[in-house]
Amino acid sequence: MTIRTARPNRGQAFRSRMHCLRKLEAIVVEMHDPKNGVKGSVQKLNVTTIPHAVAGSDIIAWIRNKMQSTPEDAQVFGTMLVAYGFIYPLQNHRKLVMCNDSSLYRFQTPYFWPVQKWVPEDSDYAIYLAKRNIRKKGILEPYEQAHYSHLHDWLNHKWDFIVMQATEQYKASRDRNKSDRVVLDCQERAYWIVNRPPRYTQSALDCGPDRLVDPNVEEKITFDQYRRVNVFYQQAIMRPRVKSSVSLGALVKYITTYKNHDPFLASCQPSNPWQTDHDAYWTLNVRRVEVPTKMRVERWSFSLFELLTDLRGRDDFKIFLKKEFSGENLAFWEAAEELKWGTASSMSAKAETIFKTFLAPGAPRWINIDGRTMGLTVKGLDHPHRYVLEAAQTHVFMLMKKDTFFRYLKSPTYKDIQKKALNPEPHNFSPAQLEQNARNRSPGIHPIILWQQEEEEKTKAAAAAVPVDVKAVMSKIDRKK
Amino acid sequence: MCDQTFLAATFGPCDNCSKASPLMNIYLKNEPINYCSFCVEMMACQGLQKGETLTSLKKESETLKKKLEEERGKLTDVELHQVAEKVEAVAALSIKTRRVLKGHGNKVLCMDWCKDKRRLVSSSQDGKVIVWDGFTLNKEHGVTLPCTWVMACAYAPSGCAVACGGLDNKCSVVPLSLDRTENLAAKKKSVAMHTNYVSGCSFTNSDMQLLTSSGDGTCALWDVESGQLLQSFHGHTADVLSLDLAPSETGNTFVSGGCDMKANVWDMRSGQNIQSFESHESDINCVKYYPSGDAFASASDDATCRFYDLRADREVAVYQKDSIIFGASSVDFSLSGRLLFAGYNDYTINVWDVLKGNRVSVLFGHENRISRLRVSPDGTALCSASWDNTLRIWA
Repeated sequence: MTIRTARPNRGQAFRSRMHCLRKLEAIVVEMHDPKNGVKGSVQKLNVTTIPHAVAGSDIIAWIRNKMQSTPEDAQVFGTMLVAYGFIYPLQNHRKLVMCNDSSLYRFQTPYFWPVQKWVPEDSDYAIYLAKRNIRKKGILEPYEQAHYSHLHDWLNHKWDFIVMQATEQYKASRDRNKSDRVVLDCQERAYWIVNRPPRYTQSALDCGPDRLVDPNVEEKITFDQYRRVNVFYQQAIMRPRVKSSVSLGALVKYITTYKNHDPFLASCQPSNPWQTDHDAYWTLNVRRVEVPTKMRVERWSFSLFELLTDLRGRDDFKIFLKKEFSGENLAFWEAAEELKWGTASSMSAKAETIFKTFLAPGAPRWINIDGRTMGLTVKGLDHPHRYVLEAAQTHVFMLMKKDTFFRYLKSPTYKDIQKKALNPEPHNFSPAQLEQNARNRSPGIHPIILWQQEEEEKTKAAAAAVPVDVKAVMSKIDRKK
Repeated sequence: MCDQTFLAATFGPCDNCSKASPLMNIYLKNEPINYCSFCVEMMACQGLQKGETLTSLKKESETLKKKLEEERGKLTDVELHQVAEKVEAVAALSIKTRRVLKGHGNKVLCMDWCKDKRRLVSSSQDGKVIVWDGFTLNKEHGVTLPCTWVMACAYAPSGCAVACGGLDNKCSVVPLSLDRTENLAAKKKSVAMHTNYVSGCSFTNSDMQLLTSSGDGTCALWDVESGQLLQSFHGHTADVLSLDLAPSETGNTFVSGGCDMKANVWDMRSGQNIQSFESHESDINCVKYYPSGDAFASASDDATCRFYDLRADREVAVYQKDSIIFGASSVDFSLSGRLLFAGYNDYTINVWDVLKGNRVSVLFGHENRISRLRVSPDGTALCSASWDNTLRIWA
């Protein structure tokens, strides 16, 4: 059982919102300006004359003018003003959106603006509901009725006070003139629609769970925090940097290289599955496809990283390396990746195998790295951890990147696959065909099945690639003799 | 392509205690040394020395900060919009809603794509985690967690599991199964344990490791099989709200953004904070790497999205507009990195031109704030999760 001692303090949620609410408030104040603000008028609604009403289209036009924005932007902005309770709709008071037509709105009194730091308390809500109940029994909507009974239960200890307050306010309102009363009623009703929204409606005042660090409280920084920050700054100052022209140039180059491969900027062949409901694009680019598409093959040439991340490309690269008898570099890189990203328990076993296969003197797939790196790596293998092969892996990757990769791009293997690669015709579906596609969307293969297939292929490949133990073969031949 | 190879020693005997452990490369009295994280902590916490006071440390901190800004400024020879002048403008985009995923009964807080480019996982405020096939709109799996506000969810690279966490201070991994009738919640495994809510989680390159960020101000790397904490990352002074792993070939860093308005770049091997960017004016809600790994973007409650270049070590662009005054909650790049999609608390998604800095398009449709935006792995679609209980796929 939890004991609720106080209402949750919404102060934290206000802080991030205050940033925007203050700007909203400033704009609403400008709207009120008699000279440059929104033009209001007196409108007749039912039998009563309501002062200071404004049409939605007028508000949106004013916002457009002020912000130099499109009508949609202005409408969104207007909806935010309504959602937060700065403006309220007169017709259809439950739907808190701004409509770009002649529907009427009115500015909320500043007393009820959300920028005020006080939280709408349950007891205030109870007073409001009680007051309405006193005025006319049965006027409460079902959700309000539910709230009322609930509040009656848990605020029971204060109920006399609440009823007394409600009666006082009711009596006070009876003394006002009719138009004032209507306006005040509307304001109060709008305020409570915003702060106690009906069920199943969206509310802009929703907020997430409180943060651990209260942003409203000034932080006290201790001396050890300063020390850590100073250590960081010293390290950051000494960090090597690159000239902006160089790094920004590289960013632009990346964008230009990939421009035609971005489905949002250039159409993908044969068609974007989400647009036409036809998944040919995915089936043509599956992991183990016989003949890849031209775009895919082109992407392999962008960098070694692209070639290796696309497993189909990696397969092609392996074919090339086999022809050159230099597959051990890539095999080592793959083994090191598996070590890095593997489970903690498998690490020492993996490190052992890698040492025996690639690093030990006379190993069957010995990799050619410089003495210093080899020394560091072998020493680190005494206490294997996941980054023990980092230096060697980087060295091997750089070797492949600077030399083998470019030879691959010029090789007959790559040129061959470039020629063979498919260039699918773009789809041209008629509306009837599109509808049919939408009805027959294919479910594709579940990733779990694909993964199981991959694992099978990997074990098969590992079994096939067991290095030939030369000594065993020689001893067999000797024995035969 | 990112050429940053971390050739500095990251594992070996600590210069202070000689224990073999992951090392942080720091400077003491302008001399480079390698300390293990424990020794760094001890050094930071030792009592005030002679002549040191809180104010003197504070002053030193401010001088160093100014010096860092100077160093950054020395290599600033050109601005992004100048470099972008030669690039042609983006043609008008026509992006429409292609799917609306209805099924959550409450606010959808997070979503992630599967590597098969069509499936996705989403989590909501009522504790439900649903795996959808976005293409056919089928709900394939559903798990109900015993906690509310599941703020983080991630799909494993193999497609065989999902991770989720939130107000229960834990991040759990749920293996998926082909058997529809199986109760997935029974096989759920708690991997990460934090002392406050889990705000973000991500698998690394395999299913075996999980990176989480938490409201307790730390990020942590966990081994999924044993639940062991492999590395923890301390440096944020307030809640960490988001993290993203670097896509580059070195794959050893990640960036995190928090309520202390800082975006920090971390080395996963040693736990060291290697870069920090402090230019936002309010909480950073989301951080995301540029596809090449040399830059990242951040979205904040101050209604701006900012673009930081990691090699030049500075902020290079701010994406803002007078008419946008509500906080941005999520960002993602398109495949080439030219477009930046940002979801805001005023229920809209703005599409920015990364190079030229202008807004290219606005996407309307959601009825409450956008909580998360992700571009699919092959760049063909964008998925947005919102507090209006739905997810939308745009293409």
